Amino acid sequence: MFTYVVRRILATIPVMVVVALFVFSLLFIAPGDPAAVIAGDQATPQDVERIRQSLGLDRPFLVQFSDWAWRLLHFDLGRSIFTNLPVSTMIAQRIEPTLSLMVVTLLLSIAVAVPIGVLAAWKAGSWFDRAIMGFAVFGFSVPVFVVGYLLAYFFALQLEWLPVQGYTSISQGLWPWLENLILPSIALGCVYIALIARITRATMLEVLQQDYIRTARAKGLAQGPILFIHALKNASVPIVTVIGIGIALLIGGAVVTESVFAIPGLGRLTVDAILRRDYPVIQGVVLLFSFLYVLVNLAIDLLYTVIDPRIRY
Amino acid sequence: MDRRTFLKTTAGAGALMTTGSLFTPAIAQGASKTLRFVPQANLANFDPIWGTQYVVRNAAVLVWDTLYGFDEKLQPQRQMIESEETSSDGLTWTFKLRPGLKFHDGQPVLAKDCVASLTRWSARDPMGLMLKGIQQELTAVDDRTFKWVLKKPYPKMLLALAKNSTPMAFIMPERVAKTDPFKQIEEYVGSGPMKFVKGEWVPGAKAVFEKFADYKPRDEKASWLAGGKNMLIDRIEWVVMPDPATASAALQNGEVDWWENPISDLVPVLRKNRNVAVDIADPLGNIGTFRMNHLHPPFNDVRARRAVLMALDQEEYMRALVGDDNSLWKPLPGYFTPDTPLYNEDGGEILKGKRDIAGAKKLLAESGYTNQPVTCVVAQDQPITKGQGDVTAELLKRIGMNVDFVATDWGTTGQRRAQKSPPGQGGWAMFHSWHSGSDCINPAVYIAIRASGDGAWFGWPNVPDVEKEVTNWFDAKTLDEEKAAARRLNKAALDNVVFAPTGFFLTYQAWRKNVAGIVKGPLPFFWGVSKSA
Repeated sequence: MFTYVVRRILATIPVMVVVALFVFSLLFIAPGDPAAVIAGDQATPQDVERIRQSLGLDRPFLVQFSDWAWRLLHFDLGRSIFTNLPVSTMIAQRIEPTLSLMVVTLLLSIAVAVPIGVLAAWKAGSWFDRAIMGFAVFGFSVPVFVVGYLLAYFFALQLEWLPVQGYTSISQGLWPWLENLILPSIALGCVYIALIARITRATMLEVLQQDYIRTARAKGLAQGPILFIHALKNASVPIVTVIGIGIALLIGGAVVTESVFAIPGLGRLTVDAILRRDYPVIQGVVLLFSFLYVLVNLAIDLLYTVIDPRIRY
Repeated sequence: MDRRTFLKTTAGAGALMTTGSLFTPAIAQGASKTLRFVPQANLANFDPIWGTQYVVRNAAVLVWDTLYGFDEKLQPQRQMIESEETSSDGLTWTFKLRPGLKFHDGQPVLAKDCVASLTRWSARDPMGLMLKGIQQELTAVDDRTFKWVLKKPYPKMLLALAKNSTPMAFIMPERVAKTDPFKQIEEYVGSGPMKFVKGEWVPGAKAVFEKFADYKPRDEKASWLAGGKNMLIDRIEWVVMPDPATASAALQNGEVDWWENPISDLVPVLRKNRNVAVDIADPLGNIGTFRMNHLHPPFNDVRARRAVLMALDQEEYMRALVGDDNSLWKPLPGYFTPDTPLYNEDGGEILKGKRDIAGAKKLLAESGYTNQPVTCVVAQDQPITKGQGDVTAELLKRIGMNVDFVATDWGTTGQRRAQKSPPGQGGWAMFHSWHSGSDCINPAVYIAIRASGDGAWFGWPNVPDVEKEVTNWFDAKTLDEEKAAARRLNKAALDNVVFAPTGFFLTYQAWRKNVAGIVKGPLPFFWGVSKSA
């Protein structure tokens, strides 16, 4: 197991190298000019050119790339072209809101989706099953921002239960922290709940046909333990896989959700950086997301061994 | 107990059970002493000389003071300056600072700080560059006095030091002002009424300013950038909200106090809320524009440019920007900001009356237009450029032009418009923009109207008659002389179509009714603004 983990961690290195090269090249050939954005609308072309030179953006691709790669090898992500702050500082400022949003969304989604998926499978063909599958279609179809606006309108503006926007650090108390995350998590979680619920239902339907389930019923075991202990455990591997893959959905969805609810997270940082062509920030955030995604996949692989003892590495 | 309280109580109780010490009350926000403001854009950098976006300037006026400031009559008034003297030949200006001025680090503001700051500013600002070009010396005489010796008189000196167009002549400590003007400063120490709290700055999300206790406001009543900048608020939080719908909801919900630029679509919703006030933001408004590339066909021929103006209907543009509210726009058959001294309509007949499509087609044919694609660059992420771009595409088609519509974002537009290569090789034929009305009040601050060829703004118009009148305006001794030069300038610029004005439009600002003292102006002025609980 230990060898496997080490091997997998080492395997992330070439992945990250490819990601780094890809991101840098893509940004280099993409249109747009941070110098023009910095200089503002009143600037002359000469001003823009001087700023471009001072930022080193007029240097050849290989020079810029090797400079960036060398700094990266020293764990230096560089400085933002616009704020002049270290990219690592900017990421550190923004990581808590994004992780909070993702964790709350993940917990909420699992807590809602798995039970309703199990119940939908148990009551397959019933009105409850149809309602859940109808919700799943809704969750997949309606964009995050539409759900976000609707939630904000009803729960913040009309009912005044929750705030419209912003983020409060967990260090300022659990409720203030949670208060700002409830609506965004529901908005972001809709598609995730739909995905997990559908997979849970499908997998459970298959498992519930197995002989050992029939045996358990024949033994007189109650429905609850059959569904949530015996059947769900054996249906867990594909569910956990989908949860892992869904992290990418969460990352993508966080960009929109953070904009709609004005949460100062990594998603908004990414969008702002792209619009301004703040190359070091874009590169830093994409590398971080890629690394996180690789780690999540590793964690999911390791979780398989816990869920299913037959799996060995 | 209402449902919100119930939710809070139950969640709080749950939290207490599970986390104990994690549950602490939110930090009190000092409700009436903290003003939450939604700015027009993200404060992504904070060097008002290096980065000249309006949002940087708007934040900078809180932190850095200026020697002079524009009042609401657009007149330069003393701000950090106690007195000034001009030699009889007009070549030497001697300035004396007010006593007791301090920077936020407690150090006194000295003449050497002004010298270093003006040196840095003059390397970046168009008026500063003119001054630099005729500068003999700029030196400190003593701690409170400095002199600027010129090779030729410069009657617009006070205008240059007071103007609110970017970059403004902010005064920084000498050690900061010695930074290369093309590199960012790293220390945000000024002598303005508020201190910048660097530790709480989250670019893209929040910027915080705290009252500077040692600030010495002038005795005169505040008027825009002039007079006593008395701060009635202890702390200002800029909350960046990229989504207008979210900002609107936050204002209605009382989560923010003042929103700088609500989009007109949301104004009816805001007006329905009894706790929210809505009014015009800036009486000087904005001028919509698109620029044609004077270097390449078809717009290197003035007849093609005039053909476009003949067919251009400003009402269509303004409706696309402000909708049906007629109080928000007016036609602009000229270049200067309406209701300011230099506004005139000389040469503006081409933009008035019924639009002449047939005449435009005829003139376009005479220009030798051969149906080549017209690369029309339109930033889709800016509502103003997008709205104008859609109208222009139809306009060009109407007169028989082959439109190559390039839908892109503002960042790309910024890069592409700087390309002088032909449109088919990465260049462009036209792009859309707009100018703040305060940047179009006179030729000194109006970079877009200059027509000096290679040195001109994007599109690179080369019209000697325009430049001649700009010089005449600079040399004018009286307002009448200035007006006469502006009339000739306006005519020359329209005859040669330096760029196309698409109309004059106003925008709104909105605030909670427990906030008082908000004035209309070219930028948000925080002095004199108060907030009740």
